[in-house]
Parts: sequence; C-alpha cells; structure tokens
Amino acid sequence: MSALLVEIKKINKKYNLGSGILNSQKRIVHAVNNIDLQLYRGETLGLVGESGCGKSTLARLIIRLEKPSSGHIFFQGEDIFCYNKERLKTYRRNVQLIFQDPYSSLNPRKSAASIIKEPLIIHHIGKSNEREESVLELMAKVGLNKEQADRYPHEFSGGQRQRIGIARALILRPELIIADEPVSALDVSIQAQILNLLKDLKQDFGLTYLFISHDLNVIRHMSDRIAVMYLGKIVEMAANSDIYNRPLHPYTRMLLSALPSCDPKMKRRSMVIRGEAQMEEAIGCSFQSRCPYKSVICSDAEPLLKEIENNRFCACHFAGSI
Amino acid sequence: MNFWETFYKNKLALTGSGIVLLLFLLSLFAPWIAPYDPGQIDLKNVLASPSLSHLFGTDQLGRDVLSRMVWGARISLKVGFAATGVAILIGTLLGAAAGYYGGWTDSAIMRFVDIMLCFPTFFLILAVIAFLEPSIWNIMIIIGLTGWMGVTRLVRADFISLRERDFVQAARSIGAGDLRIIFLHILPNAMASILVAATLGIAGAILTESALSFLGIGVQPPTPSWGNILTAGKDNIDIAWWLSLYPGLAILITVVGYNLLGEGIRDSLDPRLKK
Repeated sequence: MSALLVEIKKINKKYNLGSGILNSQKRIVHAVNNIDLQLYRGETLGLVGESGCGKSTLARLIIRLEKPSSGHIFFQGEDIFCYNKERLKTYRRNVQLIFQDPYSSLNPRKSAASIIKEPLIIHHIGKSNEREESVLELMAKVGLNKEQADRYPHEFSGGQRQRIGIARALILRPELIIADEPVSALDVSIQAQILNLLKDLKQDFGLTYLFISHDLNVIRHMSDRIAVMYLGKIVEMAANSDIYNRPLHPYTRMLLSALPSCDPKMKRRSMVIRGEAQMEEAIGCSFQSRCPYKSVICSDAEPLLKEIENNRFCACHFAGSI
Repeated sequence: MNFWETFYKNKLALTGSGIVLLLFLLSLFAPWIAPYDPGQIDLKNVLASPSLSHLFGTDQLGRDVLSRMVWGARISLKVGFAATGVAILIGTLLGAAAGYYGGWTDSAIMRFVDIMLCFPTFFLILAVIAFLEPSIWNIMIIIGLTGWMGVTRLVRADFISLRERDFVQAARSIGAGDLRIIFLHILPNAMASILVAATLGIAGAILTESALSFLGIGVQPPTPSWGNILTAGKDNIDIAWWLSLYPGLAILITVVGYNLLGEGIRDSLDPRLKK
C-alpha cells in the first residue's frame, strides 16, 4: 500500500443541544464517536452511511471547518489542529471540499469564472492574466466552455453548477479532495457524468478522494476501500469487493439487501431494516436495537473496530461467525 | 419572474418611484425650475394669496412659496440621503459584526441596540441639538446617529442565516479571511434588505428634519426648508392657508413616495410573494 496521507486518531465531535437558561434539559449529540481512519495517497475511500450518521461532520473536521471535542487528525504527519495561520493556509491549498448541494454552494452574486478564480486570488498565485488562463483551462477540463465564464450560477443547470464547484476545488491543485455527497442532489442521468468526470480528474491530477455518499451503487462505482458508518462510528471497513461480496457486519448486510436489483429473477437474501436508530447513547453496541443477531453481550459491551482478516475491519462481536 | 417584472406590475411601487424621480429632478434643476430667487424679499407683496404670478402665494416677507419649496426639496433630499447614509453605514458594520461573529460580540452589540431603542429618538435629538449649533450638517449626522438600530437588526438577521450557507463554508475552506467573507461574500447577498431599509429610512429622516425645522431647531432661516415654511404658516394659519397646506402636502407626498418605493422593492425581492 502506498504512503499514508491522512491519519485520523480517536476523533470525537459532540454537539450540545437545548442548553439555555430556561431549558435545563441538556442533550448531547455525539456526531462523530471515536473514529480511527487512514487515507492513503492515491486511493478513493468511500464513506457510506445513512443520513445523520456523522459523515458530513467527519468531512468538516478534516477540512477544519469544525474543531473536534477530542482527538487528532494528522496530514502528512502533522496535526492539523495545531497549525498556525500560515500553515493552515497551506493546508487549505492541499485539502478541498466538494459540496453536496450545487445550488447553495456557489455565491449567487459571483460569475462562474470569478468563483473558480477566487482561490488563486486568496493564495496570491499567478498574475491576473495567468489566472484568467488557468481558469479557462480548468473550465475546459471539467466540461464547461469559454462562453459560460461570465454567467452567474442561476443560469446553470445542477450538473453544470457541480462542475463549477469541482473546478473551484481543483484550481489550487490539492492533494486530497473530500467529496461530500457530490451527486446526491443531481438527476440520475447527470450523476454518471459527474462521477466519471471525478474519476478522470483523479487520474489527471493524481488526487486522493474521500468520497462520501449514502448511495451504495455510487460508492461501489467510485471506491477502492469502503468504510461503513453508523451513528458516529465506523462499523466496517474493507476493500470494495470484500464489502459487496461478503459483508461482515449485520448493518452492512442490511444496507446491501436494501439495494434494488435490476434482475427480477435474482433474489437477494432480503433483510428488512427494523426499528429506528437509537438516539440516546446506550451501553453496548449502538446497533443492538435494530440487529437481528442481538445477543446478551451486545447490550453489555461495545464492540470495537478490529481487524478480522487481513485489511478487513469490523465492529461486531460476532463478525465472521454470523 | 424577475425583480423588474414584479416591480413593474406593482402600480403603487411605480407611483412611488415616479414621485421619488420627480423630487430628484426638482432638486437637481431647482435654480431653473424656481420662478423666483427663494430669498428675494418683496415687502409690497406680503402674504399674497396664490395667483398666476405666485402659484403657491407668498410668505410673511413676500418671498415666493413655490420657489422656496423647490429649494426646500433639495434640503430634504440632502438630509434624507446623508442621514440615512450615516445610519446604514453604522448599522451595516455593527450588524455584520454581530451576525457574523456571534457570541459575545453579538450580545454586546445587540444590548447596545436595545439601550439605544429605549430612548425616545426625537427627544434624544432635541437634547443633543440643544448643545450643538443647529446647522444642516449637525442635523444630518444626528438623525443618522439615532436611526441605525433597525438596520443593525436587519443586517444581523441576514448575516446569521447567510453565514451558514454552503458558499460561505466554501469560501472559508479555500482559505478566505473573515473580512473577505463578510464584505465580498455575505454583504452582497444582504444588499437587498439594506436597500429596502435605506429607502424607508430616507422617508423617516425627511420627516424628522421637517419636524425639527418646524420646531425651529432644524434648518435655520433664511435657508428654505419645508419644515420652516410650515412654521411661518402656523403663525399665519388664519389668514394664509397656503403657507401651511403646500409644504405639508409636499412632506406627505414625499414620505408616501419613499415608503411606496421601499415596500415595492421589498415585495419584488421577497420570493414568497412571487407568483
């Protein structure tokens, strides 16, 4: 395996809800719960999980839009939360985010070219005419033409807007791109175009992706390795083919069995997802309320993410035996 | 449906912009429009009633009321714009800081706003003017300094909702600093409501200036202002009705005009009202 790019160590993020003078009832949401994760240079790590499981919070922590409650994130060996202003600016050049919603992620009062150009201005890269040139060059690369440079976001379709967002993320030539559900706001017909564009760009620019989605088909198409998240924790992590061919965690199985199949004759072993995700923090496994294999130990001890086989991680007491 | 289409269909808003445009032209071309010199005293023609030679009559010194009102429109406009400019400047800066930074900055600024709102504005102005020379510049600044609180609240509210938007997060993630985000990303998106506040604020400022001039502590004679023409009218109301009626109507129409324009802009910008 190639060199380590990002290492996430025991990262936690808690949000306090409803703590006011008159509201004594305090609720804590543990959005990201003790996550360890490694990203290797040149790979695409897919992060999958249902809405509200903390995927985006994790992305915002890595991009340093949020500060963690505890834990560390190392980028090329340096702790990103210890950066000073100068180092942070360099870090921002190296790590970029592609947003989910192409309708709100672009400033409605700026033209496409000036949106893509802004990172160059902030980081004082190139002269004015060089900037114009590299903007047009990159626009061509993401599939936008010259005539569209001076148009405003509302004049573009969703797919085109997402291309602008991708160009903005790429103009600084970053090492790591975090794509936070980059296609879930788009029509299915457009999704494939954007996904293939992202794949091509990865080749051209030698990028590393952290690809976040709740769509298993999209994740499968894009990822080398996949991490499955549930309620702020990673419950399973393995190579793409391993997850899809032989899922170990009951939650991963449920997700896969919920995928609709194109072949009516093919019957998957269907597992119905029962119940709601538990919101209160309980002792033991966080998946116990929905798990068909629940046993005594599950409500007593929390299963930790451990290596079951070579490069296969799973957080279930019965991993491999069920 | 874009802004102009909606605005164009709004008859009241069009009327408002017509009035405002007319006032602009009036003040711009005052020297050519006014039939007489506004300061020209004609003691043979004191308190002459409206006639063909003096359309709006003359005042107690025989000066042409129409000419004085045309020049007074200039004063109103000047005071309205300058005072509102001061209010908008202060309100926008404080509101932006409160909304963007939140926390203690927000609490401190908003409590200060609350304190300022507790004072009856007009009496505050009266008290301050009592210590200062009542020149037109002082009037403008004081009206501005007592009128920024509404703008602050408005801008703060806009900033609070805009700062969470993805494009602001995107700006931060490409390394933009606070000032860049505030002035280049959030403020242009908050301009719409600031514009509405400004238009409505001008109406208020003009009204306040007229009231101050009417009380004799605003624009000082012989400089003509609608308010001090009214003062003269008050003294002679039983014999010279035109001295009170015409400036009164002018103030009314102007304030209504700005209000209609402001509300028209607001309605056209509000997506909920769009069909």
